[in-house]
Amino acid sequence: MQSLPAIPNIFKLKPGTGAPRKSQDNLMIFLFLLPAIVLFLLFVVYPILQSIYYSLFNWNGFGPAVDFVGLDNFRNILKDRVFLIALRNGFLIIALSLSVQLPLSLILAVLVGRDLPGRVFFRTVFFLPYVLSEVIAALMWLFILNPDPDRGFINAIIIFLGGRAQPWLGSTTLVLPAIFAALTWKYFGYHMLLFMAGLQNIPAEIEEAGRVDGVNTLQNFFYITLPLLSSTIRTSAYISVLGSLQQFILVWIMSKGGPVNASEMMATYMYRFGFVRFQLGYGSAVAIYMFLLCLTFSVIYMHLTRKPDHLSGL
Amino acid sequence: MNRPTYHLSWRAGRFFQRFLQYSVLIVVAVIVFVPIVMLAFGALKTRGELMAHPYTPPVPPRWENIIAILRTPRYSFWPMLRNSLMVMVTTTAGVLVLCSMAAFVFARMEFRFKGLAFQLFTLGLMFPINIAILPVYFVLRQLVLIDNLWGVIIVQTAFQLSGNIIILRGFFAAIPAELQDAAYIDGCNAFDFFWRILLPLTKPALAAVAALTMIISWNDLLVPLVVINNDKLWPLPLGVMQFQGQYGQDLSLVSAFVALSAIPTIIFYIFAERQIISGLTAGAVKG
Repeated sequence: MQSLPAIPNIFKLKPGTGAPRKSQDNLMIFLFLLPAIVLFLLFVVYPILQSIYYSLFNWNGFGPAVDFVGLDNFRNILKDRVFLIALRNGFLIIALSLSVQLPLSLILAVLVGRDLPGRVFFRTVFFLPYVLSEVIAALMWLFILNPDPDRGFINAIIIFLGGRAQPWLGSTTLVLPAIFAALTWKYFGYHMLLFMAGLQNIPAEIEEAGRVDGVNTLQNFFYITLPLLSSTIRTSAYISVLGSLQQFILVWIMSKGGPVNASEMMATYMYRFGFVRFQLGYGSAVAIYMFLLCLTFSVIYMHLTRKPDHLSGL
Repeated sequence: MNRPTYHLSWRAGRFFQRFLQYSVLIVVAVIVFVPIVMLAFGALKTRGELMAHPYTPPVPPRWENIIAILRTPRYSFWPMLRNSLMVMVTTTAGVLVLCSMAAFVFARMEFRFKGLAFQLFTLGLMFPINIAILPVYFVLRQLVLIDNLWGVIIVQTAFQLSGNIIILRGFFAAIPAELQDAAYIDGCNAFDFFWRILLPLTKPALAAVAALTMIISWNDLLVPLVVINNDKLWPLPLGVMQFQGQYGQDLSLVSAFVALSAIPTIIFYIFAERQIISGLTAGAVKG
């Protein structure tokens, strides 16, 4: 950026201050970075490397890992029907998030808009579920999804409207939509917030100019607002994809991945093998698959967001 | 003659549009409130009332369950609250100190391998704790940090580094270079500039990072779930989950416990909404 060390030379206030200041600066850089780097290497980088090592063993977590099995864990995971269900569910949640949750958030952000009276009230309300913990959200939804219409509010409403009570979390076909509803309830406010911030960055004059040129509201949205929001949409989609892939707490509390694995996610699968069955080598291999998936999506995202003028500089 | 009618229909169109906007928004707001209101209803009724009239407002409200939870040592609400507070305060302090120092170096100083070191931290964004939990568990076990709140604190802090360093670096880099030059001419060294000028100027950003970290730490279940077995060390989210498992049949008691554990978050949200929101949007835009 700027060349600070040049300043003492220009002013020649104290001859020779340059050298001690330089070493003083270096000491400060070292001391300021040290704690963050140590913590990061020890708890983020080292675990990745170590789990790559353990993934090559059949290991129950007690004593040293000696039963070397090569890539067997990785092969067996791909052969396990339950893991494939978890993978499919992950992609299903991604697809639903991108096609339902994000458009919903975008529409709400546009409806709240720039100057609607009560804008702050709606933002506060819609964002509230995001702030509540996943445990609280999961339990709230567990309660209202209770299949007994005298205890579960959703079935009570359905019966009131003339429908039939549904088993929700007890049904292999309804469990995933029910969890997705809870996920949407919890997270749409966050995406709405991102879109509201994105909309804020679009100058009102541009849409005004469109209106003067006789563009109607719908055209305005599709031809002006949407293209200008594209970077926010990409970011939001990326966050949504990464979040969907690693969904754990909500699923674990609401359904434990059941019934009969119908709502298994990769994270619940890993947790089961790691912390319930203590097959730690196998669990590590699952973690590495998840990590590789996230890495793939991140690389795709970075390629999509890379601006043309940055092409040379990564 | 044309103008008034045009004006009128424009006004009618605008009125209709506003009506539509408010209708949709109010419906969504009601849906957002349903699970929360149902929980509050359950918390403020006796067990019998909840069985007989599950969906009516709790009139008059019954405080028995709330009082029972606050007064009964066996439910250990207060120890859990204390554990949660301890973890949250320490994690937040750690994140603020470590991230502001690292972000300062990345934003304001030059050294070899700076780009590489920064890339390393951005890599952390692709390795969220939900995926890392099993590998991290191995390391905690090696360091004998299982069943220790410090284990929770250290892991939460480590996984908050990447995002917050990136956020703060952005804010620190936005302080004009002239200010730094002026400070150096006046005899400040780099540390003086950081401590006396940069940090006071970026208070809003630090507040945003603090608020966000507090929420994330307070709400975290996964790390305590894996690290803490001893029930005396359970923070609130873990306690809530276990409470539901143990007293699940008594829905009104569980509702009261869940509602009580949600109240600190809601109060904090009301006071710190601006900080939380600016932290989140900055994080998403810069990350």
